[in-house]
Amino acid sequence: MDREVAIIGGSMTKFGQRDAWIRELLAEAGEECLTDAGVEPDAVDHVYVSNMASGEFEGQTGIMNAVAHDLGLLPAYSQRVDQTSSSGGAGMYAAWQSIKSGASDMTLLVGGEKMTHKGTGGATDIIASITHPAEYKHGVTLPSFAGMTARHYLERFDAPRESLAKVAVKNHENGTRNPKAQFQKEITEEKALESPIIADPLRLYDFCPITDGSAALMFCPVEVAEEYADDYAVVSGIGGATDTHVVHEREDPTTMGGVVDSGAEAYDMAGIGPEDVDVAELHDMFTILEFLQMEGLDFAGKGEAWKHVEEGRTAIDGDRPINTSGGLKSKGHPLGASGVAQGYEIYEQLVGEAGERQVDAETGLACNVGGFGNCVITTIMEAR
Amino acid sequence: MSMDAIRCPNGHVKYPTHPRCPECGEEPVETIDLSDRTGEVVTWTESTATPPGVREPNVLAFVEFDVEGTPVRALGQIADNADVETGDEVEPVYAEELREPGVGLKPADADQEWDGYRFRLSQ
Repeated sequence: MDREVAIIGGSMTKFGQRDAWIRELLAEAGEECLTDAGVEPDAVDHVYVSNMASGEFEGQTGIMNAVAHDLGLLPAYSQRVDQTSSSGGAGMYAAWQSIKSGASDMTLLVGGEKMTHKGTGGATDIIASITHPAEYKHGVTLPSFAGMTARHYLERFDAPRESLAKVAVKNHENGTRNPKAQFQKEITEEKALESPIIADPLRLYDFCPITDGSAALMFCPVEVAEEYADDYAVVSGIGGATDTHVVHEREDPTTMGGVVDSGAEAYDMAGIGPEDVDVAELHDMFTILEFLQMEGLDFAGKGEAWKHVEEGRTAIDGDRPINTSGGLKSKGHPLGASGVAQGYEIYEQLVGEAGERQVDAETGLACNVGGFGNCVITTIMEAR
Repeated sequence: MSMDAIRCPNGHVKYPTHPRCPECGEEPVETIDLSDRTGEVVTWTESTATPPGVREPNVLAFVEFDVEGTPVRALGQIADNADVETGDEVEPVYAEELREPGVGLKPADADQEWDGYRFRLSQ
């Protein structure tokens, strides 16, 4: 069965520090997505719930069951999807497969995470538990991997430290136009460069915050989409790839193999190249990751992404805006929600619903990175 | 205690050990102890926001060893959080407890060693 896969609706809760627990967050985004898409609950055949660690964060497991029950989706097939920070992207992949294969004619994807109640130390430890035991015993954290990678990048490519601060400034500026973002506050380069050191040479403003939130998307075949929507998006390419579990085993610390491989797969399926991408959401959990993904996806040559940022080419009025939503940096990073929220931003850009953030775009790309590049999903979407 | 890397029939050297060579899928044919060798700092960071049970700050480095012409890297803490720079020569030094067992998410009796090797500047 060769079906084209459409996205006909989406939603996102307010990201930030929320009183709601995981079940409520997921239900909030899921319900809003049903409404946005104009889909009745009994039309949903499959529901996927992207989430990394609800058991570890709040002792609640089986959340795919909770979502299906709370939203009246029974007896839909339900499944939780965990691929650490790329759980949302992996959910996009699962939802796409369900429609593409003919197994489902209407699939709801909801991603979410409840994190803030654990505090920075507790949340950092849960996230660090994805590492290999040989890494974990040294007390490594994802931010420390980012610090080591950033130092290597700056030293090797002679890139100015300020270029990383410029990524944070840009994404915070975009976030001021996103009412759902955790932060709606511009920052200056000076403020970013004077903020406390977290993992030298990276400082507080090089890192995304810890966030509660949820996002959702509705998938169906194009023939069904025509019944529901005048404007919708199609998933024209998607790829997923895995890199080493142990980060130091990668040949080049500045190359994320999962980004390169998943991007190549998505470009090939969509039949396009990087020059055709009008707008992109990249996984800027740390500012340095925006450079690594720009280079892995061939938006920029090796060691040259920082120049694009310096020249303003990735700004909202640049030739290829990156992270119009504010990115993880400003919008926030509720682990399982992030990949879905990236897809939601691209969907909104393509159907012309991005409000103050609207750019002129026919083709968009989202790159969702799990761990420190351990698992990556790249999705390409086109406007219809 | 040793700091074991594997070598596969195709000559790939990997640390830590894996049941199959991550590069070619072959079964390893040899174990190589890196603990009595010296390596070079590839990059490093000083982490000031560390999880429960981990020293603060925590200076960490990627260190590259040369095993008869084949490079192999390891991640490790820098002993005494000493000042290091990229390119410095370091050597492994045994520590009984790299972080406090059982304080973080993993129980003390988990699939997890708590001792191992830090790196100190070569004498």
